[in-house]
Amino acid sequence: MAKITLDDLRHAYGENPERPEDYALQQLDITFEDGGAYALLGPSGCGKTTLLNIISGLLTPSHGEVLFDDEDVTGLAPDQRHIAQVFQFPVVYDTMSVYDNLAFPLRNRGVPEADVDKKVREIAAMIDLEDTLMNRASGLTADGKQKISLGRGLVRSDVNVIMFDEPLTVIDPHLKWQLRSKLKELHQRVKRTMIYVTHDQTEALTFADKVVVMNVGEVVQIGTPVELFETPGHEFVGHFIGSPGMNILDCEVKGGQAFLHGQPIATSNAGALKDGAEGPLRLGVRPEFVSLSETDGIAADVVKVSDSGRYQIVETRVGDMPVKLLVNEGIEIPTGKTALSFRADRTRVYRDGWLVAGGAEA
Amino acid sequence: MNKLQNNKAWLFVLPVFALVAFNAIIPLMTVVNYSVQETFGNNEFFWAGVIWFQDILQSERFHASLGRQAIFTASILAIEMPLGVAIALTMPRKGPWVSVCLVLMALPLLIPWNVVGAMWNIFALPDIGFLGHMLNAIGFDFNFTRQPGDAWFTLILMDVWHWTSLVVLLAYAGLSSIPDAYYQAAKIDGAGSWAIFRYIQLPKLSRVLTIAFLLRFMDSFMIYTEPFVLTGGGPGNSTTLLSIDLVKIALGQFDLGPAAAMSLIYFLIILLLSWVFYTVMTRNEEQ
Repeated sequence: MAKITLDDLRHAYGENPERPEDYALQQLDITFEDGGAYALLGPSGCGKTTLLNIISGLLTPSHGEVLFDDEDVTGLAPDQRHIAQVFQFPVVYDTMSVYDNLAFPLRNRGVPEADVDKKVREIAAMIDLEDTLMNRASGLTADGKQKISLGRGLVRSDVNVIMFDEPLTVIDPHLKWQLRSKLKELHQRVKRTMIYVTHDQTEALTFADKVVVMNVGEVVQIGTPVELFETPGHEFVGHFIGSPGMNILDCEVKGGQAFLHGQPIATSNAGALKDGAEGPLRLGVRPEFVSLSETDGIAADVVKVSDSGRYQIVETRVGDMPVKLLVNEGIEIPTGKTALSFRADRTRVYRDGWLVAGGAEA
Repeated sequence: MNKLQNNKAWLFVLPVFALVAFNAIIPLMTVVNYSVQETFGNNEFFWAGVIWFQDILQSERFHASLGRQAIFTASILAIEMPLGVAIALTMPRKGPWVSVCLVLMALPLLIPWNVVGAMWNIFALPDIGFLGHMLNAIGFDFNFTRQPGDAWFTLILMDVWHWTSLVVLLAYAGLSSIPDAYYQAAKIDGAGSWAIFRYIQLPKLSRVLTIAFLLRFMDSFMIYTEPFVLTGGGPGNSTTLLSIDLVKIALGQFDLGPAAAMSLIYFLIILLLSWVFYTVMTRNEEQ
């Protein structure tokens, strides 16, 4: 059990990296608290697996340190770091029974057979593999094999962190949900630190207490699922998380007042921005916080309405910019010209992609 | 309607049937034909029943050849299978040396078989051959043309040199197809290199090794060219393997009936043993 700190970490796969593009992982500092459930979320190729392999010790970072509690483990091999990892494709030892698979990490460490037996049975009960304990592991379905992979981490008492590298990729959709809630339940029972890598926002948001959102080798935001939803720290977070994603609209800011398509609009943070600030300015507002307004508001044209069950997704156009909003089921949507109102405390200005700090935070 | 379509479909498999008939069934039937007849020349044949089969099965000469064949095949399998896997394990997985190693390994397989026999014949000659000369120079009384033990030594060494590469290449291909995650998981589980070999590499290799074993079994059981060029079956009959003996009977003595009967028995032995090996080796997977 340990707190994991990544200190001034960077990684490049090639030798002699010079430009920022040479790095698969840009400079980052993160602390994973002991016993937390974390998710690393980001699109394919964003560096999340690289980061995971650095924590597990399968990869040595080109710069910076990995600390477990206060001990520097940067140079240590995976087995010396006391970690466990569940891989994207299930890894089981084909010729062994489920029991022997679970016992394998303990036997390799020279644990007495009586203790092995006790521990294996305890964990098998926990992950619902009691009935198939004596079967050949190769005969199990994909979700059973992933459970074995996880079980091999759980049997060990010395594990600092259990890591998951997109573990549900090969699981049937109807079992994904089951296995996900099982994981959540196990985390609450064993209280081990877990780090879960995925590109699926649903998996990340349901599993983790804290989500680390990554894009092109960079950590863009670390926060609870609620924070990521309500206060995206970067346009990317707003767009990547949520369905549909956040509206991102070109805007102007003059004297602490934001203007969208020439019309003034209330925001929570435009006042913090000085005139003449560099970088493209954009307005971010989630479709959930945009509503149709009968009287005054931003003039818009309704383009398309699609039904997603509980909500209607209304696509409108302000000038040449598309704006999406969610309207409850059963409400009449006007055709043609309408007006939109944006909730001021959920409408924010982003400069060069990043949230402008300051203003009245919600 | 359906029936009509099915009948037309037979036309598509007809060429294959014709090909199989011409290159396998008809020649085989000729051999069957010879094996049950007696001839005294003049192209006159008489029905002989199973007499040639009885003769061959009771002949000490056949027993001796079969015994030599079994010893030869068992020896080369016992050497080539573990050696091939061991070499494959030490070969680099990536980098510029991969292609170098693969080409070096493939070289023996690209040499015509009679050239292999001729090469080793000259290589092992006690007076002018490098191997034979060196062995004598360091004190061994080595002469493969006179001493049966030396002939066997050279014969097995030649086959190991010629064919271990096949096992190496198959095992290497099998090793390369093991995903990295297995090695990473094993590392995390604290497995040593023996455990990795025993529980990951060997199980993952079992299919290719089954194929390698069967190929080497069948090829070595039928081997003719290389030992014929190297020793011609001698000294005496000491390296006369089944195929060499068969050719002696068929083309040396021109005993068509016994040779045909022996061919069929030979064929059935290979077929039967291959089936037994295959069944035993794949039995675990079916459980």
